[in-house]
Amino acid sequence: MNWGNWQNFLAMGGYGLYVWGSYAVTLIVLIAEIVALVTRRRGVIEHLAKYYAARRRNDET
Amino acid sequence: MSKSGKFSLYYFSSPQSFYPLAGALQPWFAALAAVLCAAGLYISFFVAPTDAQQGESYRIIFIHVPAAWMSMFLYLVMGFWSGVGLVLNTRLSSMVATALAPTGALFTFIALWTGALWGKPTWGTWWVWDARLTSELILLFLYIGFMALQAAIDDQRRADKAGAVLALVGVINIPIIYFSVQWWSTLHQGASVSMKSAPTMAATMLLGMLIMALGFWMYSIAATLARVRCVILERERHTDWVAAEIGGQK
Repeated sequence: MNWGNWQNFLAMGGYGLYVWGSYAVTLIVLIAEIVALVTRRRGVIEHLAKYYAARRRNDET
Repeated sequence: MSKSGKFSLYYFSSPQSFYPLAGALQPWFAALAAVLCAAGLYISFFVAPTDAQQGESYRIIFIHVPAAWMSMFLYLVMGFWSGVGLVLNTRLSSMVATALAPTGALFTFIALWTGALWGKPTWGTWWVWDARLTSELILLFLYIGFMALQAAIDDQRRADKAGAVLALVGVINIPIIYFSVQWWSTLHQGASVSMKSAPTMAATMLLGMLIMALGFWMYSIAATLARVRCVILERERHTDWVAAEIGGQK
């Protein structure tokens, strides 16, 4: 498939809005999931570190 | 691996042994997903020819069909592990089911969204209440219902059981989605790829679609493994090994 130039590639034969609208939303959704997973892991580790620290303090007193 | 010294699958059914295994495998599945999706996208846009009937709008197929396949497949996997957790009372199975749901819901959303954007230029409408589209929408609600139900119950065991029953009842929806285009007269076209007959599409189109499907599959495994690790840490926080694991992180 030879598109010739970028304009043709972006136009997608007049279906640019539909084709790129599909691919863009898919990309956004998958990236959002990856960011959410990284954030969740950081949050869990941070939360549990505080939880164990509090438990240690309780044990000492 | 087990106490008897023999390798045993049961070894990995404990969250403590599965946690490092998932961590070791996850980057490989993520890398495979990236490579396969890159190759799939290249074929989708630069190798596959223009469709004689639909022009370039058909290129939505390269994410629409793989996403729809994953939405159904992940539900079956979720139902399977829910059932195993329900019958055998294995905690890890329920954790895997819990970890699968969000990714399954996302692929269901992608299938519906790309379907709407493909329907508009092809059928002249974003949405119709026909059997295929409606049953796929019900699948999205089943995923959301599963997650909401589990989140609403404080007792983890009861949450797992209630979620498992919902997931298993919902499995009936999967054959309904799959065969809806045969059972009812729908606007949605029939399957372009089936086990019984030769595909009704150009070889490079089919190749692009299959490689994208493999890429989505590997992505789903990577995302689920990453999420199940979070779930394991949260649920097993009262154990010594998680305390040691977190201690090592800081």
